Amino acid sequence: MAEVVLKNVSKDFGSVKVIRGVDLSIADGEFAVFVGPSGCGKSTLLRLVAGLEDISGGDLYIGGDRANAKSPKERGIAMVFQSYALYPHMTVYENMAFGLSLSGGGKAEIDAAVRKAADILELTPLLERLPKQLSGGQRQRVAIGRAIVRNPRVFLFDEPLSNLDAALRVQMRIEIAKLHKEIGATMVYVTHDQVEAMTLADKIVVLNAGNVEQVGAPLELYHHPRNMFVAGFIGSPKMNFLATRVESVSEKGLEVALPGGGSVTVPVRPDGLSAGDMVTLGIRPEHFGDLAESGSETGLSGTVDVIEHLGEATLAYVKLADGTLATAKIPGDAALREGQDIRLALPGSQCHLFRGDETALPRL
Amino acid sequence: MQAANATELTRARVRSAWMFLLPMIVVLALVAGWPLVRTIYFAFTDANLSDIGSYSFIGFANFLEYYEGEWFGLLVDTDWWRAVWNTLWFTVISVSIETVLGLVVALTLNAHFPGRGVLRAAILIPWAIPTIVSAKMWGWMLHDQFGILNDILLSLGLIAKPVAWTASPDTAMWAVIMVDVWKTTPFMALLILAALQILPSDCYEAAKVDGIHPVRVFFRVTLPLIRPALMVAIIFRALDALRIFDLIYVLTSNSRDTMSMSVYARQQLVDFQEVGYGSAAATALFLIIAVLIALTLTFGKVRLGEDVR
Repeated sequence: MAEVVLKNVSKDFGSVKVIRGVDLSIADGEFAVFVGPSGCGKSTLLRLVAGLEDISGGDLYIGGDRANAKSPKERGIAMVFQSYALYPHMTVYENMAFGLSLSGGGKAEIDAAVRKAADILELTPLLERLPKQLSGGQRQRVAIGRAIVRNPRVFLFDEPLSNLDAALRVQMRIEIAKLHKEIGATMVYVTHDQVEAMTLADKIVVLNAGNVEQVGAPLELYHHPRNMFVAGFIGSPKMNFLATRVESVSEKGLEVALPGGGSVTVPVRPDGLSAGDMVTLGIRPEHFGDLAESGSETGLSGTVDVIEHLGEATLAYVKLADGTLATAKIPGDAALREGQDIRLALPGSQCHLFRGDETALPRL
Repeated sequence: MQAANATELTRARVRSAWMFLLPMIVVLALVAGWPLVRTIYFAFTDANLSDIGSYSFIGFANFLEYYEGEWFGLLVDTDWWRAVWNTLWFTVISVSIETVLGLVVALTLNAHFPGRGVLRAAILIPWAIPTIVSAKMWGWMLHDQFGILNDILLSLGLIAKPVAWTASPDTAMWAVIMVDVWKTTPFMALLILAALQILPSDCYEAAKVDGIHPVRVFFRVTLPLIRPALMVAIIFRALDALRIFDLIYVLTSNSRDTMSMSVYARQQLVDFQEVGYGSAAATALFLIIAVLIALTLTFGKVRLGEDVR
């Protein structure tokens, strides 16, 4: 068990900067999730921590010791790969025991460690099988078992669930969460799936183009995104963004114009903005309400373009007066038709406002 | 109705499969099947090259015959058994060395370094030179009076007087083995390199993270994973080595010290004009290779065409 601290860590491949000065601190026993779109550098950052790539600049500390020049083994990490990376010619037992055989443990000790891990992961009946005789979920459990037996200080997961089907992914997600509770080791987890990030993480690290956009607890990121990137990335379907301008500034917040007439007051600190400044209004699809029900004065008018029925909710893609397509998530089977005119309630307290440079205005 | 359609489709597929196979079967029957049958047939006759048209069937007399209190035939010919021993010795030693060297070369070429493409092409040159040419070339380099090898060793003071590399019984076989290794190691290396390149790279990263020593990774991960391809390469090479003719014939002619089974058969067939007896030797050669390969396939648990993974 150990804390992981990155100080101004960067990575270049030739002239391409993949990681740009990342500062990050992951506490002992914390479950940190790196999340971001493809190519944002999240896997590279994990590989830097693992020691599979050289750090170009900055310092990495694991358990208080500078680990830049240490081999993966000396860092005391274990890694679970997206492709499982099992040795195809070895049985499940051999796969889990292989990494142990050299670390000085006696045969009985290795056997005990493997059997214990197999027990935790319910792999005991499969110990004599070859990887090709296992299903995807079982293979991933073996890969996790291989990490557990080594009793590492830090677990690293590189998109471990992306090769599994949706149902299995949910099941494995729960198993990984349970595992973290049982073992209590520091875990760093990379994913592009924000649902995995939200459900698993103590701390989410949102990465974009090699930069850390925001670090925080899942709900903090959901409710208080620091910029438009985080606001758009966390939450599904993604947040609607409407270009607008400030109408007036009061102690209740900023009043901004709405497309198609009307206005809404968003309770944020003006921070030097004044009437006439261009801003972006953000509202999550699930925070719209049907106007008829809420009886709110402020609202957005538009025409329903496409409807998607999810069962528990209905997604309506609404074309607004200024041509932007807004997504609204309406609970239940809403009786909507395509082409129908609709008015969506816009609760100001649920809205976000972003400056011209895409940073969020702090809430009151 | 649907079943009938499926059957028709299957029948059409079988028909087109035969259409594709037929030309190859005909060609193989003509160029491989017929000569083989003919050779085996001649092995049981007293045919002679001076008059190939007239021969009579003599049963197993070419192989073994009891005549006036003495055994005659191929199976009691010490020269033949010497040739068999030479061939097996040559095969085991040269293929072993080629496998080890081929592995080393392949592992080197599999690493990332600048100029790898050029080196890969360069290392294939010995393989690309026709055997006769490279044998002649080495024949000159190994020449006892004018050879460059003796010249170098003499000037370095490693030998006191020129060595007749290909003529001396002590060195002749080793000279042949050395040239064969020089020539066919690239072939081995290329086959092994192909196997190395399709190995899953994530396993190696997993091993690296687990801190497993590279030597251990080689013996426990790489070697088992390339074993099927390696066995195929070894069988190919062994097949080649067991019927070796040109290299030995050019380097050492009909010398008893290096004579292989093929050289023996040719000597009987052409030099001594004994078509029947030479065919018997060729048939025995065919049987020995067939048995050895069958044994290797069985005990090596090799399935030809098996996926490396």
